[in-house]
Amino acid sequence: MKTIVKLLRKPIAASILAIAVGFLIAAIVLAIAGYAPGPSFAALFNGMIGKPKYISNVVIKATPLILTGTAVAFAFKTGLFNIGAEGQYVTGTICAAIVGISCDFPPVLQVPLVILAGTLGGAACGALVGWLKAKFGINEVITSIMLNWISLYACNFVVNVPAFHQPESTSTYAVNPSSYTMILPKWKLSEEGLATLKGTPWLYEVLVKTDVNVGILIAVACAILIAVLLKRTKMGYEMRAVGLNREAAQFAGINVNRNIVTCMLISGALCGLAGALAVTGLEPHNISTLAAFENNGFNGLSVAFIAGSSPIGCIFAGFLFSGLIYGGQSVQQVMGAPSDIINIMIGTIVFLMALSQVVPMVADWLERREKGVANA
Amino acid sequence: MEVSPEYAVQMHGIVKTFGSFRALDGVDLDVRKQSIHAILGENGAGKSTLMNVLYGLYQADGGELFLNGEKVSINSPTEAIKHGIGMVHQHFMLVENFTVTENIVLGEEVCGTAGVLDMAKARQEVVKIVEEYGLEVDPDALIEDITVGMQQRVEILKALYRGADTLILDEPTAVLTPQEIGQLIKIMRDLVSKGKTIIIITHKLKEIMSSADECTIIRRGRYMGTVDVAQTNEAELASKMVGRHVNLHVEKSPSRPGETVLSIRDLHVKDDRGIEVVKGLSLDVHAGEIVGIAGIDGNGQREFVDAIDNLVHAESGTIEVKGKQIQNTTPRNTIETGVATVPSDRHRWGLVLPFSVAENSVLERHNEERFGKGIMLDLAKVEEFARGLIEEYDIRPEGCESQPAAGLSGGNQQKVIIAREVSGEPDLLVAVQPTRGLDVGAIEFVHKSLIRERDRGAAILLVSLELDEVMDVSDTIAVIHDGQIVGSFEQGTVTEEQIGLLMAGGGSK
Amino acid sequence: MVTDTGGVSDQSFNQSSWEGLQQLESDKGWEVSYIESKQESDYATNLDKAVDDEANLVWGIGFNMADAVAHSAQTNPDVQFAIIDNAYDESQSNLTGVTFRAQEPSFLVGYIAARTTKTNKIGFVGGITGVVIDQFDYGYRAGVDYANKEAGTSVEVQGQYADSFSDAAKGKAIASKMFSDGCDIVFHAAGGAGAGVIEAAKEANQYAIGVDRDQNYLAPDNVITSALKRVDKAIIEVSTQIEAGTLKGGSNIELGFKEDCVGIPEKHDLIADDVYQAALALSEKIKDGSIVPPMNKDSYDKYVASL
Repeated sequence: MKTIVKLLRKPIAASILAIAVGFLIAAIVLAIAGYAPGPSFAALFNGMIGKPKYISNVVIKATPLILTGTAVAFAFKTGLFNIGAEGQYVTGTICAAIVGISCDFPPVLQVPLVILAGTLGGAACGALVGWLKAKFGINEVITSIMLNWISLYACNFVVNVPAFHQPESTSTYAVNPSSYTMILPKWKLSEEGLATLKGTPWLYEVLVKTDVNVGILIAVACAILIAVLLKRTKMGYEMRAVGLNREAAQFAGINVNRNIVTCMLISGALCGLAGALAVTGLEPHNISTLAAFENNGFNGLSVAFIAGSSPIGCIFAGFLFSGLIYGGQSVQQVMGAPSDIINIMIGTIVFLMALSQVVPMVADWLERREKGVANA
Repeated sequence: MEVSPEYAVQMHGIVKTFGSFRALDGVDLDVRKQSIHAILGENGAGKSTLMNVLYGLYQADGGELFLNGEKVSINSPTEAIKHGIGMVHQHFMLVENFTVTENIVLGEEVCGTAGVLDMAKARQEVVKIVEEYGLEVDPDALIEDITVGMQQRVEILKALYRGADTLILDEPTAVLTPQEIGQLIKIMRDLVSKGKTIIIITHKLKEIMSSADECTIIRRGRYMGTVDVAQTNEAELASKMVGRHVNLHVEKSPSRPGETVLSIRDLHVKDDRGIEVVKGLSLDVHAGEIVGIAGIDGNGQREFVDAIDNLVHAESGTIEVKGKQIQNTTPRNTIETGVATVPSDRHRWGLVLPFSVAENSVLERHNEERFGKGIMLDLAKVEEFARGLIEEYDIRPEGCESQPAAGLSGGNQQKVIIAREVSGEPDLLVAVQPTRGLDVGAIEFVHKSLIRERDRGAAILLVSLELDEVMDVSDTIAVIHDGQIVGSFEQGTVTEEQIGLLMAGGGSK
Repeated sequence: MVTDTGGVSDQSFNQSSWEGLQQLESDKGWEVSYIESKQESDYATNLDKAVDDEANLVWGIGFNMADAVAHSAQTNPDVQFAIIDNAYDESQSNLTGVTFRAQEPSFLVGYIAARTTKTNKIGFVGGITGVVIDQFDYGYRAGVDYANKEAGTSVEVQGQYADSFSDAAKGKAIASKMFSDGCDIVFHAAGGAGAGVIEAAKEANQYAIGVDRDQNYLAPDNVITSALKRVDKAIIEVSTQIEAGTLKGGSNIELGFKEDCVGIPEKHDLIADDVYQAALALSEKIKDGSIVPPMNKDSYDKYVASL
C-alpha cells in the first residue's frame, strides 16, 4: 500500500493512469457499440506498429503534434494559454507555401528559407497576441481564437489568389521540389533507388511508401531545446517567474510585458515551424481551402495536457496521440467501428489528465484509509 | 494531565510527521472551558499544525484527543464543526462580492419551502447572533466594502453561526490596526463570558499578556510547558519560545549620518483608482541612518514606496538616489541604481512561491555572469549562492535551497527576501512592514539586519504600521499623514503620544 | 474506399459512394470497408492502408484525391484503383477515372427553373470555377435558353461563385443577394457552400435547386428539384465491370443519362406536372443524342448559336 501511495504521488502517475483509464473506457464503449474490444485494440496496435511504414507514419504524424504541444506547454509554463496554436500552424503553412511556390533556390537555401518563412509567420501571429496582451491587457485566449479564424480565412484567400491557385482544384500549386524535406526524395523514386531499396523491404516500405522526412528530428530537438530554455537559461528563468508570479517578477525588475511577447512569439514560432514542416515534408506539399480546422494545433493542446505541460513529455504524448489517431483508422477499417470511438478514447485521456489533481487525492485517501484501518 | 470535563479541549502526546520531518513531537494542550488559551511559538514551531490537527485538516500520527473529557477522533473539518469547534484562519475565506449575511450562511443556507433560499430569515438569524454576542457588523454590507477588522468579525460570526463552542483564531491580530486589536480583545472577553472557549495562535507577547488566561508554548514541534499568564512576563515568555534570552528592545549605537542617498521632493502619486494619495511628499534619507515612517495604513505609504520602485507612475516631483533622478523609469533601473526593497507582501511581491529557495535568492540578479555564462543559467552556481545565504542568515530547514519557497515558514521566507536584498549591498534599503506576521525571534533578526546594514553605510528607509517598531529602530522618525511628511524627529526627542497625534492628523508641521 | 476530408457522413458523394459499396456487400457479398481522411495529407497513407488490407479495388472519392490515387496506382501495380469525379490525361493500366456528364441533369433543372420562375430571374451559385462546375453552369444556362425559346420567355440567369465548396455562410450571402435582386429560384453546385443557398431560400421563402443528391429533405418546401449524380450507381456499375473484367483499367469513363447515372428526383410536388413531364421528355432527347447540353463556355456559345 505504501508503495502504491508513493507511486501515485509521482507526476507521471497521473498521465499513465489517465491513459489506462482512457483505454478502459474505450473498451467499454466498443463493447457497448457491439465491437469486440480485444480485436479492436489488436487492430489499433497493428495499425500503429504493425509494419515499418506504419511506425513511420506515426512518427510523421507526431511531428506537428510534438511541436504544437511543446508550444502550448511552453506558453503554459509562462502563464499564458495559447489556444491560438491552430491559427499559428495555419499561418505557418500559408507563409511556407507562398515562399515555397514563389522562390526556387537550390535546396541548401530554399529549405531553410521556406521553413524560416513558416516559422516567422507563426511567430508573428503569436507575438501579435502577446503584444495585445502586454500593451492593452487583452486576454490572449480571446485574441488567439479570433486569429485562428483569421488564419483560416487567410488560407482560403491565398488558395484562391490566381498566382498560387492550381486550376481545377481547391488547393494551391505544390511548393517547388527544392523545398522538400523528405529523406532522399528524388533518389528513392528513381529506378536506381527503387532497385537498391528492393533489397531491404522495411527500408523500401518506409522510404517509398511514406513521406518520411527530417521534421521529427527538428521537432524532438525543439522540445529538448525548449526544456533547456525553460530550465537552464536566464530567459527561461524570467519566463517561469512571470508565469508563476507576475507581480513578484515585476518587482524584481523583470520586464513582464517583454517576456509575455517573447513567450508568445516563441510559442507561435514553434507552431509556424510545424506548419512549414508539413508543407515541405508531406504530400501534397501545398495548402487547400479549409472548411474547418485540421486540428494540428488544437491537438497540440491535448498533447500538452497529457504531457502535464512538460516539453519533454510532449515528445512522448505526441507519439501516443499520433499513434492513436493513425492506428484508430485501422480500427475503423478492420472492425468497421467509427473513428468516433477512438476520439472518445483520446477525449477521455485528456479529460482525465485535466482531472490529474485527483490522483494525488486518491493517494491521500488511500493513506487515510490505511491509517483508519491501523487505528481500528 | 488528567482528562476531565472541565477542559473543552485536551490533546495529549500529539505526533505529526511530514515525510521525515517531525512537525509535532508529543505536544500536550489542555484548554479550560470558558478561558482564552494562547498557543505561542516561533514561525514553523508547529502551532498551526497542532490546530489543523484539532480542526481535522491533518490526521495525527499519534496521541489522543479529548473534547469535554470524552475521547474523540476528528477526521475532517465537517466533523470538527459537528463537535462545536470553529476556526478563523489567518487568511480570511470570504466571498468578496457577497454580503455579510450571505457569507455567514454560505454552505448552511436557510431554505424555505421547495428549497428556495430564504434570505430574510437568514438575515434575522444573523442579526440575532450579532446582537447576542455584541459583534457589531452591518449584515447587508458587501465584504469588499468593510474593513479587515470587520471581515474578521464576519469570520467569527460564521463559526458561531455553525454552533461553535470552541473558537480557534489563527494569528488574529496580524492584519489588524492597534485600535482593532483592542476591540478584538474585548470581543474575545465577551465571548468567554457568554460561555465560549477561545484558542488563539499568536507570537505577539503583548497581546498574550493583555488577553490570554493561559499560554502553551511550543518550540520546534516540542511542548515547552503551559503557564498562567498572570504569573509571567513578556521576557519569560519570549525566552521560553525562542530557547534563549531575547532582547525585546533594539540595541544599537548612535547613527553617523553621511551624505544624502535618497532625496524626494514634492512627490505626487495617484493610487490605482486615480485618486491622488501622495500629495507633495518630501523626504531625505542619509547614508548610515535609519529613517522610520510612522503612519496609519492608507496615508500614501504604499504608493510612495511603489514610486521609488517604479511600479507606479509619479504625477510630478523628483526622486533622487545618489544624485540621480530615477522617477518614472523602470523597476530594473531602481534596482540598478542601488536600491533594494523588502516588500510589504512577501507572497505577492517578494517571492515566486513555487520556485526553489535558490531560484528565489537570485530573483533580481539572475542575469549576472556569475550565475551562468551568456544566456545560460547555471543552477549549481545559483544553489551554491543560496547555500551561502542559508548559512549566513540561518534559514531553516537546513539544505532547503532546492525546496520550493512555499514550503518555508513565514519567518524563513522573510529571511530569504532580506538575505537576497541585503546580499547586493544596496546603497538604499527600503523595508516595508518587514516584520509583519513574524515572531519575536524573527523580528529580532530583521531589526538586527537593518542595523547591520545601516552600520555598513547604507541608507535605510523603514515603513511600518507598528509604531513600536518605528520608535525603537529608527534614528529619525518621520510621520506621514494624508500623503505628506508632517513631522520629522530624531529618536528620543519625541514621545509616542506626540507621534500618534500627528499620525491622526492633529497638529501642524 | 477512401473518403476525402468530407467524411463518410457528408450527405453528399462520400455518403452515396459508401451506400453504393454497402449495396454491393448485401447484393454480392463483397467485402467492403472505408477509411475517412481527416486532412489532405491523409490521402496517401489511407490509400496505402486500403492496399494493405488486400483490397482488389480501391476507390478514391473526389477530384481532390486525383494525384494521391494516381501515385498510389503507380506504386501498387497489382491493385485496381478508381476515382470519382476525375479523368486522367495519362492513362495507367490499373486506374479508372469516373466522371459524370453533369451538364445533362443541369440542363433539365435549368429548363424546369425557367418554366417555373414567376419573376423571370433565376440564379446559379457555383463552388470553385473549373471543368466540373462549368458543366453545371453551362448545362443549366443551356436548359434555360432552351425553355426561353420554347415558351418565348426571356428568363435571365445570374451567376456567381462562392470560391469555396465549404463556406456555407458565403453561399447563403450570395443566394440572399440574388433573392433580394428578384430571383426566385437559385440552383447551386457548390457542395457544402450550397447548404447556405438552401438555407437562404428557406429564409426568403423562395425556391432552390439541389445538387448531387436529392436535397429536398433539407428544405421540403423550397427545394423544388435536384440535379442528381448517381454516385452510388456509378460505383456499383464500375466496380462490377472491373471485377468481372469487362472494364479494363486505364480508361476514363463518362456517365450520363444513357448510363442512367444522372437524373432528377421523381418527387415533384413543387413544380407543375406538365413541366416535369416535359423535362423527362428532354432527358430522352439527351439520351438519344438529339440534344447535346454544353459542358463549357465554348460549347455553350456554339449551342446558343444553334438555337
